[in-house]
Amino acid sequence: MNNKQKGDILLEMKDVVIDGFSDDRWHEIIKGIDLTIRRGEVIGLIGESGAGKSTLGKAAMGFAQPGCRLTSGSIIFDSQELMTQPEKQKRKLWGSKIAYVAQSAAASFNPAHRLIDQTTESGIRHGLMTKQDAQADAIELYRAMQLPEADTIGFRYPHQVSGGQLQRAMTAMAMTSRPELIIFDEPTTALDVTTQVEVLASMRDAVAKFNTAAIYITHDLAVVAQMADRIMVLRYGETMEEAETTKMLKNPSHEYTKSLWSVRSIEKKATTSTDKILEVNNVSAAYGKNLNVLHDIKISVPRRKTVALVGESGSGKSTIARVVTGLLPANAGEVLFNGEPLPAALSGRSTKQLQKIQMIYQMADTAMNPRHTVGEIIGRPLEFYLGLKGEAKETRIIELLEMIELDESFFDRLPGELSGGQKQRICIARALAAEPELIICDEVTSALDQIVQEGILKLLLKLQNDLGVSYIFITHDIATVRAISDEIVVMLEGKVIEQGMKDEIFSPPHPEYTELLLSSVPEMDPNWLTELLKKRATG
Amino acid sequence: MTKETNTYSASGEVGSIRQRRTRWERSWLTLKKAPPTAIFGMIVILIYALVSIFAPLLAPFGEADSQFSAYQGFNKTHLLGTDQIGRDILTRLIYGARNTIGIALITTILSFVIGMSLGLIAAINRSYLDQALSRGVDVLMAIPSLIFALMLLSIFGSSTLSLICIMAVLDSTRVFRLTRAVSMNVVVMDYVEAAALRGEKLAWIMRREILPNIWPPLVAEFGLRFCFVFLAIAALSFLGVGIQPPTADWGTMVREMAALIQFAKYDILKGITPLLPAACIALLTVSVNFVVDWFLHLTSGIRDEQ
Repeated sequence: MNNKQKGDILLEMKDVVIDGFSDDRWHEIIKGIDLTIRRGEVIGLIGESGAGKSTLGKAAMGFAQPGCRLTSGSIIFDSQELMTQPEKQKRKLWGSKIAYVAQSAAASFNPAHRLIDQTTESGIRHGLMTKQDAQADAIELYRAMQLPEADTIGFRYPHQVSGGQLQRAMTAMAMTSRPELIIFDEPTTALDVTTQVEVLASMRDAVAKFNTAAIYITHDLAVVAQMADRIMVLRYGETMEEAETTKMLKNPSHEYTKSLWSVRSIEKKATTSTDKILEVNNVSAAYGKNLNVLHDIKISVPRRKTVALVGESGSGKSTIARVVTGLLPANAGEVLFNGEPLPAALSGRSTKQLQKIQMIYQMADTAMNPRHTVGEIIGRPLEFYLGLKGEAKETRIIELLEMIELDESFFDRLPGELSGGQKQRICIARALAAEPELIICDEVTSALDQIVQEGILKLLLKLQNDLGVSYIFITHDIATVRAISDEIVVMLEGKVIEQGMKDEIFSPPHPEYTELLLSSVPEMDPNWLTELLKKRATG
Repeated sequence: MTKETNTYSASGEVGSIRQRRTRWERSWLTLKKAPPTAIFGMIVILIYALVSIFAPLLAPFGEADSQFSAYQGFNKTHLLGTDQIGRDILTRLIYGARNTIGIALITTILSFVIGMSLGLIAAINRSYLDQALSRGVDVLMAIPSLIFALMLLSIFGSSTLSLICIMAVLDSTRVFRLTRAVSMNVVVMDYVEAAALRGEKLAWIMRREILPNIWPPLVAEFGLRFCFVFLAIAALSFLGVGIQPPTADWGTMVREMAALIQFAKYDILKGITPLLPAACIALLTVSVNFVVDWFLHLTSGIRDEQ
């Protein structure tokens, strides 16, 4: 299909400026970026959220999402100027020569149609292929994407396949027209690490096989290192640095890029204690009537230490948190707090018991009432548990704000006026206000950028040192576990697979699942994926 | 950004947030941007409110003062003429504003108190109580409300109190439905769970966590429901079971003077007289709707095409 030479310039963006509309006026969100992509080349765009990665990615198609406009510069794709081209002509390019793969495949598929009908739709509609040809081609692509049972999987509905399979089907769909450029917008961010490996591998193979150029957008450096030939670092709509992948990994030149690298550098020495603050003994729990989601769980949390619960989604990590907090009464076993059994249900617990166990949520946005000010949010537990009022309460709120490295000026702000990291800090302050002994952190950093994550993790460690709280840290991110935990509990399908001290878990030998989980964590080495796949194939 | 640093610092972001305006400043800003229809509506509502409050000062005669000769046309003493038993129509209109609007307002408030508290309880509870309440409301809504109100009023007698209670209960069904639907989305939020984990009482969760987040649609609904209650009361009064004489009210006035319409071909001014209270009703309803439309548009978050 692709008779043009590999290495020819495919897309050339020059001094592109894009405006976004907010607060009743236009702001520059992309401030003059140059980007060149050659045929068959994969370029990685990285940066924190709000850096303009997605906006730039979409601009490469000549598309500005609602609320944005392409202001100036030039976008030349295959010697056509997209900047000035009317929408009607650009539509002809989209889906045929340029394709887009979105972050959430589940939201991009129509749940009412079979996968294969959606995959073949554009080809048939444009009259390029007959139905038989299109279906045969789709099956070919499913095979190229290494989907299991490629011959029949297309005849399933979106809800009948897993998230990783759906993401691959989405890529297959983008490939139907053998586009010359594919834009991947955070395609693996929503996937578990174990699934991510398979999806990355199949995407990389497909791109290489069809000699497609690609823009790969992500905030995960290790992932982009596997995919991209060249990496461009964006911040505040400007290019910070652009270089070959190997060169950039070895020798980042810009300060900001270096700071991205340093994120994974928190180290904590694991220690333990025999003084257990929380013991979960042989707990089973179920959401419906008979189907247990937790089977005979036995874990304990030492005082002033951090226990990380690790596992993929659906492994029962969060369910343990619900049992400990009393939101989901266990149907067998008991939970001991400071040696005393806790009533199973929330309604049976005393205010004192509630006060000592606090929870921090994954989504700080939904964990704070958008109509309450920061002062009210932090002040409520002070008033409720400690009976503080008036000036005493205000002083304590400001103390807490300082503890989380913010200041008085936040007192009257609403959550909507805070950044993601600040919101999560306020949630931490709210938990601290109750003067708890145990804090359950449910994926507290997974919705945040890496740099912000680092700040939050450092803060949590500091607070543990200063105040002596214990943490249960629920996460699927191994890098976070490495950074913060003393003990680790690995979970799969509602059972504990392995538990022990951090160093023990991280050093071999591992049970099969732990091995799979640990080896799936992307490393900052461009050859990591290739070598992992080779090892798995032979091993 | 005040300064660009390469490491993340939360307090470094402070400068990027624009200064927080006070509540008053923010409402003034929104008000200034209101469309002309909404401004018109607000002015009309304000005038109605002032007239209702200062009725005894504004009215030239007493509310039930019938010492004048009946059916006078528009003249100097009686600007809008007199009715069938010789009461000044302008006076009746002014007092009518007070009675009709006052009763409609009390009824709407009462119906919101009932509907909102039950709706919130149903949304939080989600058990048999929710089922019982929702099915009860379905039954009430299945019967046409005007006919149901007529029936109940003939059972309990048409005093002002029973009028208010009956209309409030019948109307609270719609408020219940809306409150339950909108709070269902809020109840599942983590902050409600966090409040429950803190050990907060049901009443606190309802009042502090949920209510502030469902205000906008409820306020909009309040305006609309007010109009409907207002029209329903006027209709009931027109049918003779609503507000009873000698209390002045616009619905009753339309009914009492309806016969005059047939004289319009001889004297156009006479014919207009029964239309005056009707026009008062129409103007208020339209104005309230203008304001509500604007408010809904504001809170729905829909942006006009640029």
